[in-house]
Amino acid sequence: MSSPQWLVDRRSAAAQTGEFVMPSTDEEVWRYSRVADLQLTDWTVVSDRSEGVPAEAATLLESLGHLAGAVVVRNGAVVASRVDDALAAKGVYVGSIVDGPDAESALGVVADGGPDVFGRLNDANFLDGVLVHVPAGVTVDAPVAIIDWIDIEGAAVYPRLVVRVGADADVRVLDWHGSTDVAAFIAPLVELDVDRAGRLSYGNVQLRGPRVWQIASQVSRVRNDGTLTSSHAGLGCDYGRMRTDCRLVGRGATGNLSAVYFGHDSQTLDFRTFQKHDAPDTNSNLLFKGAVGGHSRSVYTGLIRVEKEARGTNAFQTNRNLKLSDTAWAESVPNLEIETNDVKCSHASTVGPVDEEQVFYLESRGVPTEIAERLIVAGFFDEVLEEFPVAAAVPLIAAAIDERLDAGVN
Amino acid sequence: MGELRIQGLTAAVAGRQILNGVDLVVKSGEVHAVMGPNGAGKSTLSHVLMGKPGYTVTGGSVMIDGVDLLALPTYERAKAGLFLAMQYPVEVPGVSLEELLTEALSAQGRDASVVHTAVAAEAERIGLATRLLDRPVNVDLSGGEKKRNETMQLAVLRPKFAILDELDSGLDVDALRACSRRVEAATTEFDLGVLAITHYSRLLEELKPDVVHVLAQGRIVSSGGPELADELERTGYAEWVEEEAPAPAADPFADPFADPFA
Ligand SMILES: Nc1ncnc2c1ncn2[C@@H]1O[C@H](COP(=O)(O)OP(=O)(O)O)[C@@H](O)[C@H]1O
Ligand SMILES: [Mg+2]
Repeated sequence: MSSPQWLVDRRSAAAQTGEFVMPSTDEEVWRYSRVADLQLTDWTVVSDRSEGVPAEAATLLESLGHLAGAVVVRNGAVVASRVDDALAAKGVYVGSIVDGPDAESALGVVADGGPDVFGRLNDANFLDGVLVHVPAGVTVDAPVAIIDWIDIEGAAVYPRLVVRVGADADVRVLDWHGSTDVAAFIAPLVELDVDRAGRLSYGNVQLRGPRVWQIASQVSRVRNDGTLTSSHAGLGCDYGRMRTDCRLVGRGATGNLSAVYFGHDSQTLDFRTFQKHDAPDTNSNLLFKGAVGGHSRSVYTGLIRVEKEARGTNAFQTNRNLKLSDTAWAESVPNLEIETNDVKCSHASTVGPVDEEQVFYLESRGVPTEIAERLIVAGFFDEVLEEFPVAAAVPLIAAAIDERLDAGVN
Repeated sequence: MGELRIQGLTAAVAGRQILNGVDLVVKSGEVHAVMGPNGAGKSTLSHVLMGKPGYTVTGGSVMIDGVDLLALPTYERAKAGLFLAMQYPVEVPGVSLEELLTEALSAQGRDASVVHTAVAAEAERIGLATRLLDRPVNVDLSGGEKKRNETMQLAVLRPKFAILDELDSGLDVDALRACSRRVEAATTEFDLGVLAITHYSRLLEELKPDVVHVLAQGRIVSSGGPELADELERTGYAEWVEEEAPAPAADPFADPFADPFA
């Protein structure tokens, strides 16, 4: 399978948009990041297409129960895809972007080159993109799963995903980021496009190996009365960054953004969120909850931006962090920029240890200290996990969290 | 027959001595009421017995059946047979009641498979709505529901001794009756010894005290039979509240505009 000419042209056009200059940590959005430690030349862009479904991906897919469609991407190449016949007959597409409907117009519509240099790098280097397309009026009952798997040592990989949800259509998508224990640099770009009164629930699990560097970007656009629910679980990577740009462009659009993250060892988990209200009566709810143990660090910076036209906006942003060890560190910086008076906005952010009173309460019933802390930390994530878009993924995320707690976090 | 023996217990909070030598012996199956004015140190006593962080024991001893409680971490005090129904039960988001009780019983090497049925049976007996049992511990419960919940946990865990810190505060009459009856029954059912801290004698209508103590200024200043509770209800605690300390000699550098009553 080779890329069609339009895609080849598109890549080379992107490659020629100028030099790929690494950002500086002087820029607010890269402050506290580890981008200064990144040498792109240390990594080799994968150009050979990997083949075959890795065993880990097959096992994962099986554990997810009934799926309406699935795609396996290995080192950037789509190695398998399927979708239920009945849905295909209704025009639902799940697979490599080049074979999808309106492929050329699907790409880049929402991301528009991405928010930073890594988006442009993705445009210039992605091998295959994945497209999930649900035509207007179609409801997809079972989830669609994408397993994005990396297993080449030293690789630079640029995964690309476009999810396009038509007017009044409805779909849940699980985007699983996994890898074997390789050192790799990965810069995924995800575009989520929700048309009028469409509903997209997108869950992203980042469980890459401990030597992976990932700088991910998720860009979304929600039109009138549409609803995007996007949840993230950030557990893997040495450095794992995710930037979320949620644009509410049509009246009555809603963006629900949530995340759990749990750092250990010397991981850095880095989140930047932008809730952008461009239209009246738009709603955004953000809840990011994280824990840091060992020597790990987490960064959360978030901006709610309400434009002058966006009257009647409700925008909320909450970031809560548990600091589980003296050597762990969590940064939390919420921000608001509001150009109109007719809004309800709030932001809250906390960083602190496990609540001593809660631990004492459980201990007073006879629960040993360590188990008490464990119960509280696991429970801290419940609020987000209960609402995770693909329920079948929740036990897998919970198991990964438990494993981390078992290993000890102090 | 077991006993909870508190001798000469002194303790400080935030660098201030609050307990000034508490002596109390509660035997299995007995109910002791501890009454006293606000700020007397009643909650402090309950916290010190359970080992709450932030309280420093400066002297004395606490034993259950010869086991030195003060040497143990909180969860081992529970294992030794102590239970504290808190004045302000803590909300623990994300942790379910069954999880809590299962972990508590298993940590003590006891059979945790009974938790589900025991909780259902006790909740029914105490009048705690079953829909509340699925909530995270104490989250979004009313004051009264929290106290029923404390009582329910006590009944499931079946400790040797229970300290009830103002179990009656925030309770309506029905809830008060349900909770105090349940505890009273426990004194015969599993020979529970009770240290019931309260402001008012109404708790003691159903939960019959064998002994009533007055705690003031961080020590037991008087002990008597059940009639003492009624007397306290009438007369209050004025008798035991110390006279104001004599005013210190005028400080020549004192702020002349300072509020003399501050
Ligand atoms: N954590 C604490 N920090 C500072 N002071 C405390 C603390 N707990 C109790 N105290 C003080 O100890 C005294 C006794 O309080 P408490 O034991 O709660 O009284 P009671 O329960 O009898 O009303 C009060 O003066 C109170 O302010
Ligand atoms: Mg008190």
